[in-house]
Amino acid sequence: MLSRQSSRTAQRLLRAAAQPSQRLNLARGFASVQDETPASTLQSDLFKPTKYGGKYTVTLIPGDGIGAEVAESVKTIFKADNVPITWEQVDVTGLEEGKTTGRTEDAFNEAVASLRRNKLGLKGILHTPISRSGHQSFNVAMRQELDIYASISLVKNIPGLQTRHKGVDLCIIRENTEGEYSGLEHQSVPGVVESLKIITRAKSERIAKFAFSFALANHRKKVTCIHKANIMKLADGLFRGTFNRLAQDYPQLECNDMIVDNASMQCVSRPQQFDVMVMPNLYGGILSNIAAALVGGPGVVPGCNMGRDVAVFEPGCRHVGLDIQGKDQANPTALLLSGAMLLRHLGLDDHANRISNAIYDVIAQGKIRTRDMGGDATNHQFTRAILDSMEKAL
Amino acid sequence: MFALRSIAAPAQRQCMRAAPRATVSFSLQIQRQYSQERVAKFNGKKDANGNYPVSLIEGDGIGPEIAVAVKDIFAAAKTPITWEPINVDPILKDGKTAIPDAAIESIKRNKIALKGPLATPIGKGHVSLNLTLRRTFNLFANLRPCRSVAGYKTPYDNVDTVLIRENTEGEYSGIEHVVVDGVVQSIKLITRDASERVLRFAFQHAQAIGRKKVRVVHKATIMKMSDGLFLKVANDIAKEFPDIEFDAELLDNTCLKMTTDPLPYNDKVLVMPNLYGDILSDMCAGLIGGLGLTPSGNIGDECSIFEAVHGSAPDIAGKGLANPTALLLSSMMMLRHMSLGEYADKIEKAAFATLAEGKALTGDLGGKASTQQFTKAIIDKL
Repeated sequence: MLSRQSSRTAQRLLRAAAQPSQRLNLARGFASVQDETPASTLQSDLFKPTKYGGKYTVTLIPGDGIGAEVAESVKTIFKADNVPITWEQVDVTGLEEGKTTGRTEDAFNEAVASLRRNKLGLKGILHTPISRSGHQSFNVAMRQELDIYASISLVKNIPGLQTRHKGVDLCIIRENTEGEYSGLEHQSVPGVVESLKIITRAKSERIAKFAFSFALANHRKKVTCIHKANIMKLADGLFRGTFNRLAQDYPQLECNDMIVDNASMQCVSRPQQFDVMVMPNLYGGILSNIAAALVGGPGVVPGCNMGRDVAVFEPGCRHVGLDIQGKDQANPTALLLSGAMLLRHLGLDDHANRISNAIYDVIAQGKIRTRDMGGDATNHQFTRAILDSMEKAL
Repeated sequence: MFALRSIAAPAQRQCMRAAPRATVSFSLQIQRQYSQERVAKFNGKKDANGNYPVSLIEGDGIGPEIAVAVKDIFAAAKTPITWEPINVDPILKDGKTAIPDAAIESIKRNKIALKGPLATPIGKGHVSLNLTLRRTFNLFANLRPCRSVAGYKTPYDNVDTVLIRENTEGEYSGIEHVVVDGVVQSIKLITRDASERVLRFAFQHAQAIGRKKVRVVHKATIMKMSDGLFLKVANDIAKEFPDIEFDAELLDNTCLKMTTDPLPYNDKVLVMPNLYGDILSDMCAGLIGGLGLTPSGNIGDECSIFEAVHGSAPDIAGKGLANPTALLLSSMMMLRHMSLGEYADKIEKAAFATLAEGKALTGDLGGKASTQQFTKAIIDKL
């Protein structure tokens, strides 16, 4: 903010030119709270998923690791419930084995194109190798390419699943397209590397507004901004400052901010105090993992990535699960619940409720659970149990 | 329970004395020369009475009270230490936050300091005093062990983690600028030298406390070059320590696994860049009940400063309610760093026994005792 004075004149002109279109963009994204424009006109152009012959086409990217297995159980369960969805499956992989079948740009581009077309996707997690420098993570590339800027993880205790903490019900909203994951790095001289973290006002504004709108739409009371502005005074200072400024427009919400190290400490000792949390990219990665561990691990935390045009639903705590790949031990709950979120997003609440109730029912009974939930059932058995439970409920 | 543990593992406790071990146990000749020397070895001299002088920064708020408690306990345990109280109220020198010269000289002379909580004025252009101290004395490693305290129940039992955090660069390099209005770049700086230094310290510390495994926590999948460099250096250094098992773990996995079940980390030393270390060490503190129960040491080549990392709690200052445990634990870490481990063991036993007994706990631990009563209970056990 030091150079604001100097650059102000030039910026004022630029901003004046950019503002109207930006305001419109934002207004389109949050139908429920932008009161200056009638909601009815917004709803119609909010998302336009393709619906042919009464069916929606949804891109399915199973992902690496356990992806294929859990995607299979989602397909089975959705089919059993006659969900009006046609899957358009794209098998992208982040793994490097095999030149033709492995990590290819073609498959990636196909996936992005498919998501652009369908505007909706259900996605597992793609593996990111450490070694190939200069080759970006496909997960990150996809989010940046489609500008799906808001990641949402819903972290909530599942009834019947015992964990160390009770009464956790929080939601982590994470900026997905900039921050530490900008991918800008360089070596100044050998042995000295700089990695750039980018924070912009426009994107901070966008994510803060998203968080507030989300909180209102989901009847949540409190929004906490997570930052490290005491050290990164400019970057995180901008993020926090933007949040605080916008918070004044939402007097019905309780807004506060917290430093990220304190937040992680509070998260493991008193997670019940949190409701909606909004934060830059890296902190989101850290806190969504800590929070997921509070309620039973990555297998039970659903999530989604929202953009203006495209919404991609994926497990909220992003783990590939290469170690249990092919062992039929994976827990499909996270992807199934993400799928249920997708159904609600399409307004197919009946299907969503039937499916999620069946999942909760099976977990609550506690007889058939996958290993990460303390049981010894396989993915197949667990899926079968959900199908049975759905049948019973009919 | 702690008494039991210390009987059960006397060998380990012995190792924790961090004696000036000549690290000659390696026979491999491939090692580079400097690995033979211990990083950040304590070189303080005794005074005329045979005591080590230690600079004492009492700090703000509850600082003076908990410092008295530590002094009393040390006196009762007859530790060979003389305290040299110093004042670090910030002054502005050439427009920069600095600490008074007298304080700098004292710490430089004694090579060691114990520090209570300092209140940093927020938003007044002051760089935090902690950061100033770290920069002034080039304290490159932050050592943060966390151990469950019997007598204070949390959802996690038997936690015993050791985290080492790079303290001088990374995300906290302080290099930031506004590119154009509304666009900020913050630079994370990773250098080979600083990484090498902290990693070597981590391996040596693992040897000193008798742990066989060192694990690097990183996010090299995303930050391929910066964290990649840290990871690469770690791999190189690991070759100098063939007796220590080395592996690496992605930050996400560490967060997840540690929160799910911290026990597998009890036999490891974790080492990581600045920001991750900051977040994870506080998270570990959360596992065992907060910053009031965790010690911290800032290790530098020349001097080291041991501190309580909790806040200065101005609301209870002067009321005699403060819990001195964090500062006391830090002071024991200091004793071990000075190769006075036997005193540390003695005090530690008394302190943990008092905590486990639960009769004289301070308010923050759910008891009713005053700082003085708590201190007296520990002294009685000595």
